[in-house]
Amino acid sequence: MTVQTMAQLAAEDRQPEILFWVGCAGSFDDRAQKVTRAFAEILNAAGIDFAVLGDEEACTGDPARRAGNEFLYQMVALQNIETLNMYGVKKMVTACPHCFNTIKNEYPALGGHYDIVHHTQLLQQLIDEGRIKMTEGGAFKGKRITYHDSCYLGRANGIYEAPRAVLESIDGQLVEMKRSRQNGLCCGAGGAQMWKEDEPGDKRVNVERTDEALSLNADVIAVNCPFCLTMMTDGVAAREKQGQVMVYDLSELIVSELAR
Amino acid sequence: MDRPAPPFTFTGMVQSIVFAVVALLALGFAYFQFSKVWANVMLGKAEEVSGPTGERWKNMLLVAFGQKKMFKRIIPAVLHLMLYVAFVFTQIELIEIFIDGIFGVHRWFLGPLGGMYNFIISTIELLSILAFVATVIFLVRRNVLFIPRFHKPEMQGWPKLDANLILVFELILLACIFTMNGTDVVLQDQDPDHYRATNFAVSGFLGPVIFGSFDASTLYVLERVGWWGHIMMVFVFLNYLPKSKHLHILLAFPNTYFARLKPKGQMINMPEIMNEVKSMMGLGDPNAPEPDMNAELPEFGADDVTEMSWIDVLGAYSCTECGRCTAVCPANITGKKLSPRKIVMNVRDRAEEIGDKIRSGNTEYAEHADQPLSRTNFQDGRNLWDYITREEIHACTTCNACVEACPILINPLEMINKLRRHEILTEAAGPSDWRPLFNSIENQQRAWSVGGSRMDWVE
Repeated sequence: MTVQTMAQLAAEDRQPEILFWVGCAGSFDDRAQKVTRAFAEILNAAGIDFAVLGDEEACTGDPARRAGNEFLYQMVALQNIETLNMYGVKKMVTACPHCFNTIKNEYPALGGHYDIVHHTQLLQQLIDEGRIKMTEGGAFKGKRITYHDSCYLGRANGIYEAPRAVLESIDGQLVEMKRSRQNGLCCGAGGAQMWKEDEPGDKRVNVERTDEALSLNADVIAVNCPFCLTMMTDGVAAREKQGQVMVYDLSELIVSELAR
Repeated sequence: MDRPAPPFTFTGMVQSIVFAVVALLALGFAYFQFSKVWANVMLGKAEEVSGPTGERWKNMLLVAFGQKKMFKRIIPAVLHLMLYVAFVFTQIELIEIFIDGIFGVHRWFLGPLGGMYNFIISTIELLSILAFVATVIFLVRRNVLFIPRFHKPEMQGWPKLDANLILVFELILLACIFTMNGTDVVLQDQDPDHYRATNFAVSGFLGPVIFGSFDASTLYVLERVGWWGHIMMVFVFLNYLPKSKHLHILLAFPNTYFARLKPKGQMINMPEIMNEVKSMMGLGDPNAPEPDMNAELPEFGADDVTEMSWIDVLGAYSCTECGRCTAVCPANITGKKLSPRKIVMNVRDRAEEIGDKIRSGNTEYAEHADQPLSRTNFQDGRNLWDYITREEIHACTTCNACVEACPILINPLEMINKLRRHEILTEAAGPSDWRPLFNSIENQQRAWSVGGSRMDWVE
């Protein structure tokens, strides 16, 4: 796969159709890298002219800000806005709901105004417009799939239907957890919890959420967030169900069902 | 005992004066208490109320008046609606009680309203029956059925007693209404000059069943007991509210109106830090004045009520401790100490403490003894950390479930975020696990301290 960077395009005096914001997890986490590749493959299949910032991208600052470290947030956020404005970026897509929320809702106050969508929204659009097509009878046909709403796509930004519409397209059997949409239960990673040990308690949040998904006898837990991906995968492992239950990001499900 | 004296007689005048004095005392003391509540809310920092006014009115109408968010849980929503509608409707009867009390007349609305009067009082009576049923069910839910959110640690002691007292007050009030109306119906046969005929839906048959065998002199007394009992309970209630979680019946309205309109995922920006970082990065306004290096270091975030926003403190006073926030909190569900409701209750308790100490005038609490105590000239050696432990706020995943759950748009997450900001920015403390995160963001602009390029995923 070849992926163009904004710097390369700028040297040719070109602008991409859209900037793909990869995020730290999508760049460095082994499991999340697969999601990044899957999504880039879909963009290529749909013939979308996209670019990434590559090493000019910095952390959006979400975990620092939510931990309380506003100084650090402002430092990386302002740096990102400088870079994005320098390239004249207008349209963006990201596979991370934390990056999405920060860029969409928090960068404007710092002078960064971009039209950003989450990858599940773009996937829905590509499917609706017929720019990508699914195979008949793919690997997930008839499989029980439960969708886990991430907090920052769901409650924080009210996006509940686009990811479900995407899942409809792969002919799986969609089963809902009792706590879904506005009432969805967190995976336990937000607010910079991803980087620290839990406070004392009876149970880990990700195990609580995984138990809910397992109680539906789901074959697949579908997620839209790299942190949920880690947390739910760990939860499934904690219950020793790795053999039976798979945790996938939506773009991984779509890429495996693409009609090529 | 005879029937109450008619107006413009000596006894009638005395009765009117007694009523007026009692009413004035009750309303006056309530005003005094409510002004203290407002002063305590104003202990919070100024925060601009931004966004379209229409949106705010809509929130108030739908969420407070229309109870929209209550209906996420249907059983308590229906029970609560019964109490709420009965409460709102009974206010009509309260107006009549005031008119009757001051002018020494009896059921004054019966004259001008005629048949409509029977309809109104009958509606109040039917709603009161529903309210009675709801109150009994609420008492059972709270004390007999095990509903976890009513039994969390922060609900021990006063909060539990407070919740039960309100329900008991409600029962007494309802008993007074039916005593007043029921005895009136029976007296209509025995003393039709004073007790003009009515046709009440419930008391019309319940009155004769309960009070039918009583003689007139007993009935006169009971009718007055019901009447005075009703209005006295209203006065007691009004003066109890400022000390109680039940304050929500009033503050839900301003709280839903003033609730921030920003998206749930958006944290409030800190322009003072943004501008400092901008000038560090050479992005600031080149004409801006040089920062005063000798100025006292500002405090960031909040470790006390005086550093929270008045909108946060208003939320704390509006809280009725229903615990929907805590029931959906992922940290609380999994046995961590964090309970969003407790954070909100702690903010109110601390506001009470500061308010009382400032009003005590005790100069021991002044930062500058030569100046009067105020929200800025106050130091009692205590702050919110005397109420809230670090462990609690560290457990928050900022998932917004508590914010979504609150039926009257209180935002516990905002309070938690401000406490976290204080801990990190002002105290340079916080979980040590976060240090590597901060270091790698600062030095490598990435959330993990790993080598390699951001293009490695391409293979």
